[in-house]
Amino acid sequence: MTPAPATPVLSIRGLTVRAERDGQPGQTLVDDVSFDLAPGQVIGLIGESGAGKSTIGLAALGYSRPGCVITAGSVLYKGGDIVHMTERERQLLRGADIAYVAQSAGASFNPAHRLLQQVCEIPIARGLAAPAKARENAIGLFQSLDLPEPQRFGGYFPHQVSGGQLQRAMAAMAMAASPAIVVFDEPTTALDVTTQVEVLAAFRRLIQSHGTAAIYIAHDLAVVAQLADRIMVLRHGKMVEYGDTRDILERPRQPYTQKLVRERTRKFAAAPGAERDERLLTLRNVSASYKSFRNVVHDIDLDVDRSDTFAIVGESGSGKSTLARVIVGMLPRQSGMLELAGETLPASFKERTREQLRRIQLIYQMPDIALNPHQTVYETIARPIQFYFNPPKDEVRAQAEELLRQIELPLEFMTRKTSMLSGGQKQRLCIARALAAKPDVMICDEATSALDPLVAEEILELLRRLQTTHRMGLVFISHDLGVVRRFCNKVIVMKRGAIVDGGAIEKVFAPPLHEYTALLMSSVPQMRPGWLDETLRARSQKQTDAIAQSAA
Amino acid sequence: MSLAVDRAAEHHDTLAQRVRRVPLPALIGLAVIAINIVVAIGAPLIAPFGQSEIAGPPYNPPDGAFLLGTDAIGRDMLSRIIYGARNTIGIALMTTLLSFFLGAGAGFVAATAGGWVDQILSRAVDVMISIPKLIFALMILSILGASIPTMIITIAVLDSTRIFRLSRSLAINVNVLDFVEVARLRGENTFWIVRKEILPNVTAPLLAEFGLRFTFVFLFISSLGFLGLGIQPPAADWGSMVKDNSTLITFGSLIALAPALAIAILALAVNFVVDWAANLTSGLKD
Repeated sequence: MTPAPATPVLSIRGLTVRAERDGQPGQTLVDDVSFDLAPGQVIGLIGESGAGKSTIGLAALGYSRPGCVITAGSVLYKGGDIVHMTERERQLLRGADIAYVAQSAGASFNPAHRLLQQVCEIPIARGLAAPAKARENAIGLFQSLDLPEPQRFGGYFPHQVSGGQLQRAMAAMAMAASPAIVVFDEPTTALDVTTQVEVLAAFRRLIQSHGTAAIYIAHDLAVVAQLADRIMVLRHGKMVEYGDTRDILERPRQPYTQKLVRERTRKFAAAPGAERDERLLTLRNVSASYKSFRNVVHDIDLDVDRSDTFAIVGESGSGKSTLARVIVGMLPRQSGMLELAGETLPASFKERTREQLRRIQLIYQMPDIALNPHQTVYETIARPIQFYFNPPKDEVRAQAEELLRQIELPLEFMTRKTSMLSGGQKQRLCIARALAAKPDVMICDEATSALDPLVAEEILELLRRLQTTHRMGLVFISHDLGVVRRFCNKVIVMKRGAIVDGGAIEKVFAPPLHEYTALLMSSVPQMRPGWLDETLRARSQKQTDAIAQSAA
Repeated sequence: MSLAVDRAAEHHDTLAQRVRRVPLPALIGLAVIAINIVVAIGAPLIAPFGQSEIAGPPYNPPDGAFLLGTDAIGRDMLSRIIYGARNTIGIALMTTLLSFFLGAGAGFVAATAGGWVDQILSRAVDVMISIPKLIFALMILSILGASIPTMIITIAVLDSTRIFRLSRSLAINVNVLDFVEVARLRGENTFWIVRKEILPNVTAPLLAEFGLRFTFVFLFISSLGFLGLGIQPPAADWGSMVKDNSTLITFGSLIALAPALAIAILALAVNFVVDWAANLTSGLKD
């Protein structure tokens, strides 16, 4: 790794950031964090949500979100303390010397302007380059970021390019003024796994070729490990561990870091009950489409047994969530057969009986919007009990308490509003609500994707335990083949609305792999610094082979 | 038991904090509204004379017996303003409540049901909204006669179109959230979804709107009164009092402005409170 030179380009000393409400100091968001960033060095900040990593990233630009105040410490750039500069001086630094790449490029670009105009804005506005020169520069950046048709790319509006391309355009914007430091704030979190690999590779090439120092923020240790020279692990605003990437991955000293490193390796026990199994869900030749799109999913066949953990995998847009909506009846199927335990289900949920509705329950990706923020925990889980079984009042209470115990939330939570819970607690509550209906099939639509890795792991454990005790079939929709491989026993792989590969997990993931499955597999980040290089090398090798083959 | 104590303590705390945080304009507004309500309810006890009682000579200037003087036929101005509060505020409140009941109800149904229900309701509202409100009201009131129930229903229906639009757009935003889909997939009917899933999430903006609408309705009734189609004599209301006594202004008496002042003060007070309530609810969202 890069040996730390004598003069760091950015030096953060004892940084402390607090939340402030009505002038009253509140929670400490970042507590006494220090590090030095050498020229050309990449430091990874990692931690769960609320760990303060974005707050540190923004503090590097001398910025704190509304309601937050930098109360102590200094951010030294070229000998000047950014914290004590005037806002005007800071604005001159931002963009030109220190740039920022945000998580959601879609929300960060101005939809009314063309990309080129936005990418060139800083160099032209600051007088760092003549407009023609700035444009030429930007096109060069598009080229080095592997964007299609670099000459024409800048002429597009933000909505005309894909998410991965937009994220790269944002990196181009950050690099346009050749800053000394770039802060990447979870730039690939919103992207598909297959896209993520390309974007990561483009970022790394860009940083290396320009010799830019970078702060790379992510909640996924495996992603950070591909770019960072050094990694700082944060939790509750405090530094847990700080060291070279290889040391963190191979010799983590703190228990929390050890848990983070191990997170991808845990193997789940299979759900029992295979001996006297029962077919629950059968789909034959099922096709469905939205008004304006023909055949969003087509010719789907699948069978889910009671002991199954059935995975549906694919990239976004592959139709996997649509398939879940077809099964629950939100999107009526147009053709094909759908049976629940031998009984044909009507296409639309509106025509299904209450009993049919009860037997299939859906868990959503975003627990924040899957729970009514104005209801209490008790109201949320009591309603399905009343609605489907209508037992006496004290029985409802008893069942609700039992459910809360099963999802491992304390009983005091009963009277809390759901908006007061954390992300993981909310997802637990969603599971309890689904469980209250005593379903035969529980469909989890990316149920762990929006959660921090360690929390997601706990949710998976909970699901497996509940599946065992309640004997229900689990349909697990995910883009993460790593999780699927460890958690499920059957899988279908979807691409553009159709099944391209499927079967028992051991069979699908054993060589020879289907081409698309192999691509998805290789895209799951692994906990080793060399993973990105290997994947890229393997991909270019495959391309060379293909060219050689077609030539021969 | 400890839970109950906790909650009580919590509640007490937030209440105390809230009172301390209420800004001065809102406090003044609340006080003015409170005084108006007390006066409206206790009118027979407070007013020195009856609302249509001829208590003295016409155009008596303010003196010890008639604090604000008398009008053209010798009725006590102060008593009429006090009774006017009762009529004007009472009718405005009933009208606003009715228009919210109609408008929000239809708006929520349109948003949750969607499809042709939404189309029919929305287009009907578009047609109604395209006719100027005052002209429409004048037309209906002159056809049906200006009785109090007709006036309440007419204004409520006309006003409910605005509330329909607001509540429909609010409900549409909530309707797309997953928890509404959960309820729908559970098999809940539209009424339950509106009442339990949507209403609690749109109460705050609707409350703010209620305050504003109340003011508008109240001014609308006053302007109808001024045009002679509002609350009919001899019952007192502030709008027609301004009209009846407007001739006095030419004689240099400012007493005619007293009912106008009452209108202005209450409208301002309600808006102060509404501004504060809107801020409060937006602050509670995070």
